[in-house]
Amino acid sequence: MSKLGKGKILNKLLELGPILILYMAVLNEFDFNYLNLAYFSFNFPFILIFYWSLKKPENLGYGLIFFAGLINDVVIGFPLGISSFAYLFMCGFAAYLRNITLRPSTLKDWLFFLFAILVVNSLTYIMLILFFKFKIYYLDIAVNIVFTFFLYIIFANLFEIYQRLIRGSEKND
Amino acid sequence: MEASRDDFVIAIRSAFIQRGNKQRFSLIFLIILSIVFLILGRFNLSAINYIKISINELVYRSSFIVSVPENYIKKTYINIQDHFTYYDEYLKLKKENIELKTTVENTNFITSENERLKKIIDDYIIVSDEIIAKVLIDKQSPFLRSMIINKGSKNNIKLGMAVLDGEFLVGKVVEVNFTTSRVLLLSDLNSKIPVTIEPEGYQSILSGTGKNNGIIQYSKEEIFLKEGSSVFTSGSGALFKSGIPIGKITNKIKVDYFSDFSQLKFVKVIEFKKEED
Repeated sequence: MSKLGKGKILNKLLELGPILILYMAVLNEFDFNYLNLAYFSFNFPFILIFYWSLKKPENLGYGLIFFAGLINDVVIGFPLGISSFAYLFMCGFAAYLRNITLRPSTLKDWLFFLFAILVVNSLTYIMLILFFKFKIYYLDIAVNIVFTFFLYIIFANLFEIYQRLIRGSEKND
Repeated sequence: MEASRDDFVIAIRSAFIQRGNKQRFSLIFLIILSIVFLILGRFNLSAINYIKISINELVYRSSFIVSVPENYIKKTYINIQDHFTYYDEYLKLKKENIELKTTVENTNFITSENERLKKIIDDYIIVSDEIIAKVLIDKQSPFLRSMIINKGSKNNIKLGMAVLDGEFLVGKVVEVNFTTSRVLLLSDLNSKIPVTIEPEGYQSILSGTGKNNGIIQYSKEEIFLKEGSSVFTSGSGALFKSGIPIGKITNKIKVDYFSDFSQLKFVKVIEFKKEED
């Protein structure tokens, strides 16, 4: 009985993993500045939200993503709502891809992810420039998009392993 | 064609409008809410500011706990990086050490050369033990600028000894009692000190004015003193050694002392001797 209880708690914790990681990422800005790599930056929340909205949307509530976006805006000093908008659009793209996909393929997901980040970043920065008069360094954004795209495949594999861990824990229950 | 458009619309509707499994809100509702936040924020609505402040509070309070894993990773990374750079660091330090050793050797050479040259010109190079004295009475009238210190002949104080505030000259001993002495400050009207003005290298006499500054006296009229030039003792008159800093030229012949004589609490009393052969 007690073993069963422990398993359930572990399973619950593992299911909460993505949302906890998302909040840690937005609260703490995974910037990896200490690596001292010039121009290196990537948007980890985009990768996480896209992957989990695509593969296991029940692990990542939209309301929580919306709130994570608000936190991100406060942390990086963007107008309140802009990151939520971007994150939810990423969820939308992922949900659309999920609806039209009959045979999932990592390569297709990856290419669609590139399309999604290009559209979402374009929308976000158009709003920031037009309505909030933000000064944008296009090279930084371009580099960020490239790194986000390339790192997606690495994180997708790591998340796949994590998913297997959740499934294993469910089976044990 | 018609069917594929329908599929697209259905997929979009399903993705954005319908509430997903285990989702409390639909995507379109939250996207509209984000846009509302953005519009209200654009017009600086106070409600948005309150939300921002509340989230800020939450963020600042939780960031300490949340940053623990990243800080751990950061620390580990820096430790590993340090470990790998030890050898490079060692080589760099070794090179620096060689350079420093060379500099020390050069400095030693210059010091010994300086001593040798001073011996040739018969300058003072030996300083007696410093006697630290406390200022007892500070006489500050326009006619008398002197002070009484709590050391006298009992403590080997002699007439003419230099009195310093740190490294700056403030005056000389003019009266010695058993346990006390009188120090004539540089600002006293009767104080006349032979000085060198650097970098020009002019030799002159610094005279007190009874005020908080001194003036350069007994120099040829045509000398032009630059503002900011430093005034040092010249060593002439066989009283002080040369090169004790006194003050700076501020206005033509006016000298501002480095030391503030009204704030003296403790002073150093020193005697300069020539090296005995």
